[in-house]
Amino acid sequence: MPDVQALVNDFLNKLKKRKIEGSQATAKQTAELLRSVISQQRVPYTNQAGALIDSVRAIGEQLIAANPIELAVGNIVRRVLHIIREEDLSLTTAAVTELNLSTISDDDDDDGGGNQDDHPVLSAAAVAAAARSSLRPPSLQMLLEGAPEFVAVPRSSSSGGDSEGKSKSMDRNSRTRKLKHDVIEAVNELIQDITTCHELIAEQAVEHIHQNEVILTLGSSKTVLEFLCAAKEKKRSFRVFVAEGAPRYQGHLLAKELAARGLQTTVITDSAVFAMISRVNMVIVGSHAVMANGGVIAPVGMNMVALAAQKHAVPFVVLAGIHKLCPLYPHNPEVLLNELRSPSELLDFGEFSDCLDFGSGDGSPLLHVVNPTFDYVPPKVVSLFITDTGGHNPSYMYRLIADYYSADDLVVQRRHSAVN
Amino acid sequence: MSLTHAVKEHKERRKKDNNAVMTMVIKKSKPSPVIHQSRLGTDELFMAIDPDTKQLLCYEERGEHPRGAISLENSLLADNPSISLHNDKQDCYIDICSQEVLSLFTDNFDYQHLRRHFVKGLLVDDIMGYKIFTHEIHSSYAARIDNYRSYDTISKDIIQRWTYPFVPDVRFSANCTTKLEREGMYKAPEIQQSRSAHIGPFTVIGKGTRIGDDSRITHSVIGEGCTIGSNVSIVGSYIWNNVTIEDGCELRHAIVCDGVIIKAAATLEPGVVLSFKVVIGREFVVPAYSKVSLFQQPTAQDSDEELEYADSSSGAIDPSIADAGNKLNGDIVSESSQIQDWSTSQLGPGGAGFIWSACDGGCEEEWRHSVAPIPTDQLAKALLAIEEDSEIVKVSDSALTPSGELEPGSDDDDSDNMDDSNVDTVDFEKEAEATFLRAAQDNIAVDDLILEMNSLRLSYNKSAGDCTGALFYPMMKLALESPHNTAVELQKNVASVVSKWHKLFEVLAKEVDDQIELIMKFEEMCLESTKEFAPIFSQILYLLYEREIIGEEAILRWDDERKDADESDRVFVKQSEKFIQWLREADEEED
Repeated sequence: MPDVQALVNDFLNKLKKRKIEGSQATAKQTAELLRSVISQQRVPYTNQAGALIDSVRAIGEQLIAANPIELAVGNIVRRVLHIIREEDLSLTTAAVTELNLSTISDDDDDDGGGNQDDHPVLSAAAVAAAARSSLRPPSLQMLLEGAPEFVAVPRSSSSGGDSEGKSKSMDRNSRTRKLKHDVIEAVNELIQDITTCHELIAEQAVEHIHQNEVILTLGSSKTVLEFLCAAKEKKRSFRVFVAEGAPRYQGHLLAKELAARGLQTTVITDSAVFAMISRVNMVIVGSHAVMANGGVIAPVGMNMVALAAQKHAVPFVVLAGIHKLCPLYPHNPEVLLNELRSPSELLDFGEFSDCLDFGSGDGSPLLHVVNPTFDYVPPKVVSLFITDTGGHNPSYMYRLIADYYSADDLVVQRRHSAVN
Repeated sequence: MSLTHAVKEHKERRKKDNNAVMTMVIKKSKPSPVIHQSRLGTDELFMAIDPDTKQLLCYEERGEHPRGAISLENSLLADNPSISLHNDKQDCYIDICSQEVLSLFTDNFDYQHLRRHFVKGLLVDDIMGYKIFTHEIHSSYAARIDNYRSYDTISKDIIQRWTYPFVPDVRFSANCTTKLEREGMYKAPEIQQSRSAHIGPFTVIGKGTRIGDDSRITHSVIGEGCTIGSNVSIVGSYIWNNVTIEDGCELRHAIVCDGVIIKAAATLEPGVVLSFKVVIGREFVVPAYSKVSLFQQPTAQDSDEELEYADSSSGAIDPSIADAGNKLNGDIVSESSQIQDWSTSQLGPGGAGFIWSACDGGCEEEWRHSVAPIPTDQLAKALLAIEEDSEIVKVSDSALTPSGELEPGSDDDDSDNMDDSNVDTVDFEKEAEATFLRAAQDNIAVDDLILEMNSLRLSYNKSAGDCTGALFYPMMKLALESPHNTAVELQKNVASVVSKWHKLFEVLAKEVDDQIELIMKFEEMCLESTKEFAPIFSQILYLLYEREIIGEEAILRWDDERKDADESDRVFVKQSEKFIQWLREADEEED
């Protein structure tokens, strides 16, 4: 698949050179890339889901390693893996139903073990076939033997004649194509969701912003922009304080946009947040990622705003598309909470080049400039999360993970064929 | 840096002006004022750039102008409406060239050095009219490594993340993920580090390295697969892959290449470079700024190619191949015996390799281009040199003028400004004296002397007052020199001299101010050099008045001026008080 490899390499390069800005753009491009990978992936006759999952995992591992701070990449990889499992599960369910068997209990939760016991009595061969060719929670035998075995179509155990076998194989063929087709459809839906997350969040603006309120925000977030403008459309009149968000000063851009759309805007420095917080009714901010415990990874300075809000009992509302929800906890060693960027955003290199002269003294730099990109905001200072699906408590966020992710995928690493 | 912007600019400029053949990328970086060297160990660079069009007009390296003075051509200033002169720019050695550059190199086949020959040639050349432009980068980073100091500086810049996103913890090569911890420490996976080892700030440790007990590593870069023993101290060094450092070693500001083995308790002093696979013996101290290699230093350097072969082959050539035919100097022992018999090597017991002595002519400047920071004694020397330079400017000319004037430097505040004029005055006075004496000796007529004095005065751009002062002194001296016993006789002598030369003064001392100047000069003379005149001051004053050399107005004004002066100044005034009194009465009588 040379085409796909070229695409993957291209995307990897962009990630490594930090050319893609913003979790929404990253998520969308990741999803599109994975869609291409899936569509070009040749699946074997059996256990096609396994093959798909392996290939997605392999590429996903590279993508995550290229930019570990961009958690949206990992999120989308896990979402796609979850989609594959889901689709496979639903297809298996349908197949078993086709065989005129009562439905297998539909477990979304992959952790629910011991499903075999819940099955009604079936012909053992069919059950075995179904179990082997899908990715249900593994039986003890499979656990002991490691990776799910790629068992050939149970021709040997087929209880029917050739015609049945043929029809079964026909089913499998169509099922192969159907799986890929379904998965790709689901990924398309995912891309659609990512693209439209702003609108879904903005629809809820009217419930939260009331007349004559003062809103504070930091830096620039497209979600926040759409949110505020939607409230304006609904004829709410309110004022916005924008903290500029040093060192990139993206707050300036946001202020310009808001003023262009007719909102009364005030620009303040980050250091003035504590001074102005007493005049503010609500703080509404965007985020980079939301962790499983409800903590937020947000642009630098956000923790300060959150603490100011807490101290003055101002509600701190975080807007996050569901693609930003990460199934990992902040204490997970894989998670990098921060990334230090180039100090040239803070200081001009030329002006300070005489402080950076390593030739004198003992060669150690006397001037060290640190430029962190993100802040971690603990869940207890966040009042509300507004996502595509509505408003949630920070302590509720972990429940959403189960809807979107599978437990097997939390560590996106290729499983080696040999047992560890 | 991203080249897109620079290339786009170059292309647009080229569309408008066909002569714009090259765009040079530059970056602001201040050189060190003490040792006159940029951060990267290159000489200070001087550039003249047109601020509107960004054209490069002049490019000079300080090495050719050791005193730090550059001479610019007039045409440079005449042809360009505005120029800005910079010495805080660093040449990134990234040039975006058009096709003409290649043809220029074909035409001038003896261009060897890009900047010294090609750029200078292009700037000086008027015929073709090719222009070089500059592109300044601000937040991006670009630099060239061409000596050890720039290797050190740029490594430290990368560790400090000025080159983001090209930093050690972004996974560009597909092997491992290095993590950035606090205080600038980069650690790759699978490091085995003893609990008591201390890894300090701004270090990069590669994959699979083992570090023993109580070792201290700070400000260094360590490669993959290294084995570092216990009690090792590594400061500011660059250690490449697969190096073995045994217990108790000490490395300061050194570069150690692949596969080196450093045996126990060895010490590397600052600035040492160990080439590939060298072995340093036990307890051996490698002297500072030395370079050690498995191959002997090539001595007979007939041509550059030989040296290049030697450099490129070090560390890569299999000893057996080297044995076969590579004889750079006559006294190479055959390689095979070298491998077996290292016991007599220069590097201590068990060592293997040769220390290359510093190349001739470069050993004084080793510290400039080395990985080690500049030693404090060199810095002190450089600082001292700067102070001496500034002192020379302040020391004023201390020559004693012949007319006995006080030293200009002792009283005045702005003695510096008066240096030049004082030198001139001294010369002038000497000339005047010489002229007068010659005239006196050779009995030249007064008119001729007047002519001579005038021409002298004009040539020295002096006023008449200066002239009178200058002449009065030798005249009085002449009077003094003629034999006399008493003051009266002296007075007579003066009278005779004055009568002889009074016409001179009539011409020169016409203005009142000049006459006052004369009186004051006489005062000074009486105080300082020719004290014999002191008692007869008033008499001589009267004499001069008689002879109409000085008028009453001058005397009266002199008296007025001295009214507020100190007692010491008024000595002569008191002496001549009777005379002045008489003058005043005469005035009143006239009125």
